[in-house]
Amino acid sequence: MTKSKAVPVTGTQPTRRDALKTLALGGGAAAAMPLWARYAGAQTSEPIKVGFQVHRTGIGAAYGRWYDRTTSAAAALINEQGGINGRPLKIVAEDDGTDPKRGAEVVEKFATQHNCDIGFGTLFSHVVIGSAPRAGELKLPYFVVSEGHHVASGMLNRYTLQPGITDVKSQVQAMAPFVADNLGKKVTMIFPDFAFGHDHRDYFTAAIEAQGGEVLEHIAIPPTETSFTKYFPKIPRDTEVIYHVMVGPAVLTFVKELGEFFGPQRPEMFGFIDSLEAVDIGSPGLEFLDGTYFWEGNPRYAQEDQSEYDAFFRERVGVDANGASVSDPKDVSTYAHMFGCWETLHVVKAGMESAGYRGPQDRAALIEAVEAMTDMPHSNAHPQGAKIFNGKTHQVFGHQYITKVVDGKLLLVHTTSIEDTFYPDEADYTTQAL
Amino acid sequence: MTADMRKSLLLHGGVLLGLLALQYVLPAYHHGNLARVMVLASYAMGYNLLFGYTGLLSLGHALFFAAGLYGTGLAISQFGVSAGVALAVGVLFGTLVGIVIGALALRTEGVAFMIVTLMFAQAGYLTILYFGQYTRGDEGFVIALADRNISGWDLSDPSVRYFAAFIVFSAALLMCLTVVKSRFGKVLIAIRENEERARMLGYNVDRFKLAAIGLSASLAALSGAAYGVLFGYVGASFASVQYSILPLLWVLLGGAGTVLGPLVGTLFMFYLIDLSSGITTAYMLIAGVVLVFLTLFAPQGLMGELRRRAIRWLP
Amino acid sequence: MDFGPYLMLATLEGAVTAAVLALTASGLALVFGVMRVVNVAHGEFFMLGAVLAWWVTNMLGGSAAFGFAVALIVVPVLVGFLAVVTDMTVLKRINYDPERTIVATIGILYIFQQVTLMTYGPDARPVVPPFNTRLALPWIEFVDGEISLYWPWGLSITSYKLAVIGAAALVLVGLWVLMTRSKLGLLMRATEQDRDMALAFGIPVERVYALVFGLGAAMAALAAVLIVPIQQAHYLMGHDPLLLSFIVVIIGGLGSFPGTILAALLIGLSDGVISVFFSPTLAKILATLLVALVLVFRPQGLFGARDT
Repeated sequence: MTKSKAVPVTGTQPTRRDALKTLALGGGAAAAMPLWARYAGAQTSEPIKVGFQVHRTGIGAAYGRWYDRTTSAAAALINEQGGINGRPLKIVAEDDGTDPKRGAEVVEKFATQHNCDIGFGTLFSHVVIGSAPRAGELKLPYFVVSEGHHVASGMLNRYTLQPGITDVKSQVQAMAPFVADNLGKKVTMIFPDFAFGHDHRDYFTAAIEAQGGEVLEHIAIPPTETSFTKYFPKIPRDTEVIYHVMVGPAVLTFVKELGEFFGPQRPEMFGFIDSLEAVDIGSPGLEFLDGTYFWEGNPRYAQEDQSEYDAFFRERVGVDANGASVSDPKDVSTYAHMFGCWETLHVVKAGMESAGYRGPQDRAALIEAVEAMTDMPHSNAHPQGAKIFNGKTHQVFGHQYITKVVDGKLLLVHTTSIEDTFYPDEADYTTQAL
Repeated sequence: MTADMRKSLLLHGGVLLGLLALQYVLPAYHHGNLARVMVLASYAMGYNLLFGYTGLLSLGHALFFAAGLYGTGLAISQFGVSAGVALAVGVLFGTLVGIVIGALALRTEGVAFMIVTLMFAQAGYLTILYFGQYTRGDEGFVIALADRNISGWDLSDPSVRYFAAFIVFSAALLMCLTVVKSRFGKVLIAIRENEERARMLGYNVDRFKLAAIGLSASLAALSGAAYGVLFGYVGASFASVQYSILPLLWVLLGGAGTVLGPLVGTLFMFYLIDLSSGITTAYMLIAGVVLVFLTLFAPQGLMGELRRRAIRWLP
Repeated sequence: MDFGPYLMLATLEGAVTAAVLALTASGLALVFGVMRVVNVAHGEFFMLGAVLAWWVTNMLGGSAAFGFAVALIVVPVLVGFLAVVTDMTVLKRINYDPERTIVATIGILYIFQQVTLMTYGPDARPVVPPFNTRLALPWIEFVDGEISLYWPWGLSITSYKLAVIGAAALVLVGLWVLMTRSKLGLLMRATEQDRDMALAFGIPVERVYALVFGLGAAMAALAAVLIVPIQQAHYLMGHDPLLLSFIVVIIGGLGSFPGTILAALLIGLSDGVISVFFSPTLAKILATLLVALVLVFRPQGLFGARDT
């Protein structure tokens, strides 16, 4: 049961491009178009409660803090614009300790103790997978912001959706053409030896081979490791490109030791920004990264042709042009991921408004409303870029960015099309009962 | 003595009846919590057999819990067996792992025993990651809803889940009571109090200890297997060091060497975290402070203090 | 990379691990040897050392070398002092009962960890090394029957890593001199051998205990200050040093000082060298099982005398 059979792409095609455009409302449009008028004098002005499962402690805490800030900023914006169906949005945050067992308990708490309307915001894949079964049983719409392939793989259930951030499979395979065309065809991959790393290994290897390239060596690093130099001699001498992705508190050591290992004669390097998320590119020891490339979910540094939506998003969340907190330039954000919280909350708002959501009795209608979404245009609600949602696999697809380190800043060099990120459907959640 | 037996029967029967009755009055949230606590308390009771009664401090019990969890989960996901059979597979596998590790680890004692069990559990944890192709490594996997029923009973249904958790807990409780009251249990306590003397009295101490590990591991595995089918998730975090330390804490909190201590400790710790996480993000700070205070002022644990101060007959 | 240079690189990396491990573990061994208690919070003293080193270097500003030098002196003292307070307020009151000490130190572990999370935050933060030059290393090869040197690709170490090895060796020699040559060492050894007798001879055992506990924590903190320019300070970083120190202390024969050092070398080097031969995670599994089996079949440790 590891891989489902490939199903031809259907839901991802932009066939109903116009039908549901009204769903994807930009921030400004929302204010101008009071959907709650349909529920004039809505029976209640009680807040809509969003259970926010946040990694405040445990290994995910650095990400959790920024997910928290982004979520608060998005909720404040939505409330300023009149809330959802005329009701204010209330974020009920609970720490899950980045632990799947506690995660499941927190989901139960949202559903049965806090009487939340939905669960939201989980990042780490193991917490998502541990919590999703309970969300499905409790019929609590569960909007995750995890970038894992778990949703689209069909492992989870009809009540779990990922409409605000793309998944690792689409990210990874969209990188292969750029790497093969610009950096080299002989790749060595370095990744953590657990599921997230294995996704990179499997999807990128297949994708680069499709481009006529090859992976010379897979170097899997044990997840508990804190020193890395001893693994680097396994890198074959004729490697043209190093593909690296690492997560956890030891990332900086990893990147630094990689630089010290190569000294002046390094091959091309392509990394996932996960290796340096929440880490200052200007940190001591990272000078050698100059001239290397990164995947970014959303460019950390404000680019020259920055969209007005990105500027708006930065300002509301409190992030400066370098991707750090406006109050502390050393406090670097998790910019490549955290937009997912913002966008997901806007999808929730659009979904609830389209479903005429009144309370927990309308949860099924909310799921159906989100499943019916397709196009999400670049807007204040979707500052990272336009997206296409696949209602069958419950996964959103969008542009990916490749940046290059130039003088200690990440400059955008390539933007993939949304189509680059498509792959055949592996699941159809709409066949499951609600 | 017989009067004490009667009191003890009354007490434990009362606790079981109370737990059974609670499911009709508890609000949904606490209803779900209690089901989970009962499953985990069975784990703690298994731990208590080894630590509280036999005096062996293991830091590797997560391995046995995970063996039950993965034995069951993989039997379902890889071999497609039914939940009932998978549950049995999980328990058997966990018990087997317990006996093999026990036979090796029992060559050591004291701190070395702690470390050896810890190392084996760590190796087990890494093994789960190593076979990521089947286990999905750290992410773990979901046991599909359709597979989670035993002869028509849907284990994801709250009442069925509660009842199943109750059965697991009752089985563990009855087993502990029987063991503690039996000659076998008395020998275990004798080993805890003075191993040399037990040996001189002619008991094959090593065999008794191995049996205690086997029993303890089987309860841990039962708890793990039940957790998998009841809550639908199998993941490597359950094999990490943290889940070896947790049963130790639950048992110490509730009272090592008391039959009800593990339940009390698990329940206490669960709500301590649940309530304090509402007050502060640093709820583990509160847990830490409570632990320190307990060791300072109630070293026997909650039930242990109760036995010392009031109810001397408590088993 | 060729086998020879690879092995040399792995050995050098292993030596850095071993050096830091020897410092951390000898702190734990000291506490275990003299006080006969297992300090589960030992890894948190390590973590505090790293975090405080970040505070100190960051607060002082100025040149990296100056801040680091101050941290090297101030941080172990601070952490040691904290440990003395812990000993007097908690461990002394539970009379150093082995089991209760384990529980109490688990509690202390959580307290330190959470207070760090609340004040320092969840980020991993780097400390700038006082000096850090990449040194390419040569290797020997035979060209036409003649020995010649060449510089293999990637074979290198940094000057700071070498300094860590040197500093650790220096501190360990110092500790050994303290234990064997000073009056304080004499008191410690007397307490270690027979607590009651030491008490009868008028040795202030309680004060010796507090001092030993503080010294043990200071060793961990010192190791952390040395490693923090290579790794980063993070509030969950105490876990691995604790596990590894435990292993080292046991393999080294429970409190034996030379045994601990030898075991640290063995574990540190094998960690590097085993990774040459096996896929990394498999290497970790094998190394872990190996340690467990060593203990199973030589419970007194590799270097401990069997005490009957």
